[in-house]
Parts: sequence; C-alpha cells; structure tokens
Amino acid sequence: MAAYILRRVWQMVPTLLGVVLLVFILFNLFGADPSVILAGQNATQAQIAAIRQQLGLDQPLYVQFWIYLKSIVTFDWGRSWATNEAVSHLFATRLPATLTVMVPILVLDTLLALPIAMWVAYHRGTLADRTIMVITTVALSISFLVYVIVGQYVFAFQLGWFPVQGWSDSVWRNLVTYVPLPVMLAVMVGVAPQTRLYRTFFLDELGHDYVRTARAKGMTERTVLFRHVLRNAAIPILTNIGLALPGIFVGSFLIEVFFSIPGIGREVLLAVNRSDYPVIQAVTVYLAVLTMLINLLTDIMYKIVDPRVVLK
Amino acid sequence: MSAVLPVPVAPAAVERAEGVWHAAWRRFRSDRVGVVSLGVVLVFFLVISASALGLVAGNWQDEVGVANAPPSFVGPAPAEATGTIEVPKGPNVDLSDIDPLAPRYQEWDERAAKLKTTVGTKRETLPLGGDRFGRDVLSKAVKGTQISVFVGVLAAIVATAIGTLLGAFGGFFGGKVGDFLEWLYNVFESIPGILLIFAFAAVLGRGIGTVVIILGLTGWTGMYRQVRAEFIKHSTREYVRAAEAIGAPPLSRMFRHILPNISHVMLVRLGLLVVGFIKAEVILSYLGLGVPVDAVSWGTMLAEAQAELILGHWWQLATATVFMAVFVTAFSLMADAARDALDPKLRGLE
Repeated sequence: MAAYILRRVWQMVPTLLGVVLLVFILFNLFGADPSVILAGQNATQAQIAAIRQQLGLDQPLYVQFWIYLKSIVTFDWGRSWATNEAVSHLFATRLPATLTVMVPILVLDTLLALPIAMWVAYHRGTLADRTIMVITTVALSISFLVYVIVGQYVFAFQLGWFPVQGWSDSVWRNLVTYVPLPVMLAVMVGVAPQTRLYRTFFLDELGHDYVRTARAKGMTERTVLFRHVLRNAAIPILTNIGLALPGIFVGSFLIEVFFSIPGIGREVLLAVNRSDYPVIQAVTVYLAVLTMLINLLTDIMYKIVDPRVVLK
Repeated sequence: MSAVLPVPVAPAAVERAEGVWHAAWRRFRSDRVGVVSLGVVLVFFLVISASALGLVAGNWQDEVGVANAPPSFVGPAPAEATGTIEVPKGPNVDLSDIDPLAPRYQEWDERAAKLKTTVGTKRETLPLGGDRFGRDVLSKAVKGTQISVFVGVLAAIVATAIGTLLGAFGGFFGGKVGDFLEWLYNVFESIPGILLIFAFAAVLGRGIGTVVIILGLTGWTGMYRQVRAEFIKHSTREYVRAAEAIGAPPLSRMFRHILPNISHVMLVRLGLLVVGFIKAEVILSYLGLGVPVDAVSWGTMLAEAQAELILGHWWQLATATVFMAVFVTAFSLMADAARDALDPKLRGLE
C-alpha cells in the first residue's frame, strides 16, 4: 500500500509540472503585460520599465519560469496586485466561508439523491419512475441562475424566512442563519442530475446475476438492496463524489457572488475582473494539487469498499 | 422427361443491408418523445435563422415601449402619482439685463430649430412586456436565443474538433504520441473546469467569440477520452487492417475509415456538450465574463431580471426562463432519443 501511494505521488509530478506550465504559458504569453496593468493608466515609460524589472519580466522566459517554479515549491505565492494581501493569507481567511456553504451542499446532495435513485431504480418503468425522470429533465433545463434569483426573491424577500444575504464571524450563526437558503437552492439544483446518475448505477447492478441468485436464495428485498446492490454500486458512486470534492474548495462561484459570501470563489472572480494574476495562478495550481490528492484518496477508498480491487 | 423446372425469379433489387444511419432513423421515428422534441428544436432553429438573417428581432435595441412596460395580457401599469413642483404664480421677473447668457439665447434657438426632433409614441404594453429601457422582451428573447444557441453549438463544435483530433491521434498511434496526449489530458482534467474557464477568461478578455473559444478550449476532455477509446478499439479491427493491406496511409485510415464508424458516438456526445455549454454561457454572462453588454443572450437577460424582480417586473425573467427551459428540454430529449436510436444497447439506461 505504501509503495502504491508513493508511486502515485511520484506520478503526479509530471502532471503538476504540466499544470504549472499551462498556467505560466497562459498568463505570460497570452495575458496582458502585467507591468502595464500594475502601473495604471498614467504611468510613464520609466515606471513601467521599473516594474518590469521588479517582476523579473525583462529576464528571458526560461528564467521567469524557473523563478515561478521556485515560488510554487516554496509555497511563496506572493501578494495580490490589487490589495497587496499575501495570497496565503487570502486562502486562509476565505476558505472557511466556502467550506461552511459547500460541505452541507455535498452531504445533503448525496444523502438525498441516493435513496431517491435507489427507489426509482427499483421501481423502474413504473409511473413514478417516469414522473421523476420527467421532473428531473425539466428541472435540469432551468438555469441555476433562475433558481437562485427566484429562490432569493420568494423565500427571503417575499416570505422573509431567511435573510436576503449576509455573513457573520461566528460559524454557528452562519450555519443557522445565512447558509440555509443558499444550501437549499443549490441542493434543489444538484439533486436532479445526481439522482439520474445514481439511478443508472443502480440499474446497472440490478441487472446482474448475483441479484437473481440472492433473491433465489430467499433473501429479503431489503438485504438484496442494501447489502448487495448498494455495496456494488459504491464504486461509481464514490468516483462521482470524488469528482465533486475539489469543487467544494472553489465553492459555487454563483452562490458566493449572489449571496455575498466572502469565500474563495468570489475572491477568484474579483481577481479575474481586476486582472489580479498571482491570485488566479495560485488558486489554479493549488486546486490542481488538491484534485490529484483527492483522486488518489478515492482510489484508496475503492480498496476499502471493495476488497476485490487490486491497487497496481 | 422434359418438365420445365420453375426458375426462381431473381429479386428485382438486390437487398442491401440496412445502414447504421438508416436503421437509427427508423428507430428514432418510432420514438414519439424524440420526434416531438426534434420538431421543437427545428422550430427553434427556424426562428434562429430568421433572426440571424435579420427577418425578425432585428430591432431589439429600439425602445418601443415605456420603461418596464407590462405584457399586453396584464394591461398597462397604473399611472404613478408623480409629485411635480408647482409652477409659481407671480409675474415673471425679467432678468435679461443681468443674465450673461441673454445675448446668445436667440442664436441657440435658431440653431435648435434647424435640428429635427421626432417624438415617437411609446407603447403602454408590449406582447411580453418591456425591460427597463422599454425594449421589447419578445424581440430580446428571440435575439438572445440566437446568441445563446450559437455560442453553445459553436463551442461544442470547437470542443468536438479538438477532442476528436487529439483522441484520434492518441488512440491510433499510442506510444509516445499517446503518452503525451494522455499527459495533456491529465493536466486539463486536474484543474476544476470552472476555474480553468476563469483562468482563460482572465487572459483572453470578453466577447462572444472569446466565450466560444474559452468553452471549446476547456471542454474537449470528455470527447477526447471517448474518441480515443473508440480509436483504440477500432484500429485493430479487420476493416482497418484490410485498408492498411491495400496501402491506405494512416491519415486516410483514421479519418476516412474509422471516423465515419464512430461518428454516431461523437454526435451523441456533441448533443450533451451543446446543453452544457448553453448553461455555462448563462452563468458566465451573469458573472460578467460572457456575452458583452451590447449584445443580448439568455444570460444577460437573466442578469437584468434580478434587479427587475425586486420591483415586481417578472416578465423578462419568465420569458428568458421559458425560452431556455423549452429549448434545453427539447434538445436533451432529442439527444437522448438519438442516443437510443444510434446505440440501442444503451436504451433506457439513463
């Protein structure tokens, strides 16, 4: 197991190098000249030259890449151009808000979609199955934006059940007061595609011979479904959750912008609008690392869920 | 014995095996939901072409109604009580001897008289209401449909082209080329999609063309994966071997022999991409990274609708939502039916 993990981590190196290279090429060859952005509109030629020298932009590209690589390895992300805030500090202060919203969304999504999907798959072809499939198709075709606009208007503005938006310093107060509405809306949107996906996983498993065998042995339907089918469907479900996990750390951009939640997503959008390159670069590289680690974790989880899986 | 044996009459036409597209169309036709949704999508494309040719909704920017004109079926908005300042009743004091501008008033009046001003009548109600400038929401929705669908379809074609090209080379040649492309795929996959879109948007700027490029450049990975798998499967099949034996060069084998045989798989994936990209355009436009403000799309309409809803003007939101929901639902159902028809093994799974 240790050897496997070590090898996987070693295999991440070229991919990570690729991510760094992609980000570097994107921002250095295609992006606007940072010195012009930084100097502002009334800058003289000399000021721009001074900034170029300060940022190392007068060096050849490979030297710049080397400097960039060094800053990543030493976790020295630099400072935001717009606010001069250290990028690491930015992460540390914005991440909690994002997690406070996104973790409940992921948990509720999964907990709601699993039983619905299982029930629908079990009653495949009935009126209930078709009704739920039609509802999810229509629900999927309406933009997330509409849910958020209408949801905020109806539940917060008209009915006054929740505050329209806001955030506080206390986690508990956030969870009880400000988080429920965005989470509820995101779950409403997220459950439909999850249900459809999990339904296919269960349908796939229900057609296997072992299900018939289990039934022939006289096992109750409950045992067949929960002890046999659920465990076998666990691998694709886990993969799906693993795929969704990195998204948690970016947060749903839309939700954070709409409800003014001071999270990573809103910060990245601000950075994009301000051409604040260090922040965007750092978030991109850091999230790529995280994604790879989560993928590894998912693969290890397979082994725990299904002993037949051999990690190679 | 000279009995004449009845000679079996050769059938007039040689029976040909049914082609994959023919068979798929036959299966598709028997799918009622699929046919209806195909009809809806075709109607949408008719409207879009009419709008692209300037036959309808060319004047979506004209302010034809009063600000926030309600839909016709609701009736005109009640006149608001406007508090005006009372006109003073006393005699008007003649200030011309101390007014420094007085000598020029006559000259200005003459110049103003040379300009022609037309006062258009603004309509109190519009078929589906008006926005805050009094622009017709129906025209906006038609024009918005054109832009949104255009972005979705074109971006899907770009993504399909990139994914197919890379997938074909990766799957057909394998080896060093395959490894390199797998590495590229892993790099793109390890960055969360929305973040990748933002990074590209930060660098490339705004605009309709930019949105298409961004979505295409970030959305090709799924297509690559599928085309690569199909090419690996097909490249060892007998018909490809046979083509090789008669001297078909690799490029010809890839794109003239294998590609037509996997085109149905690509078509299904293309349909999924269109739906995904249309939804992405809406979110991007709302966040200010998509369609610019001088154009209209479903996304910009919804972005405007947020402020209108608070004032009770729900019609722009409703119109954009209904247009988008009907199109996306019909398109998804059509893509589902197409998949069932093209790949019957998958029927009913999803």
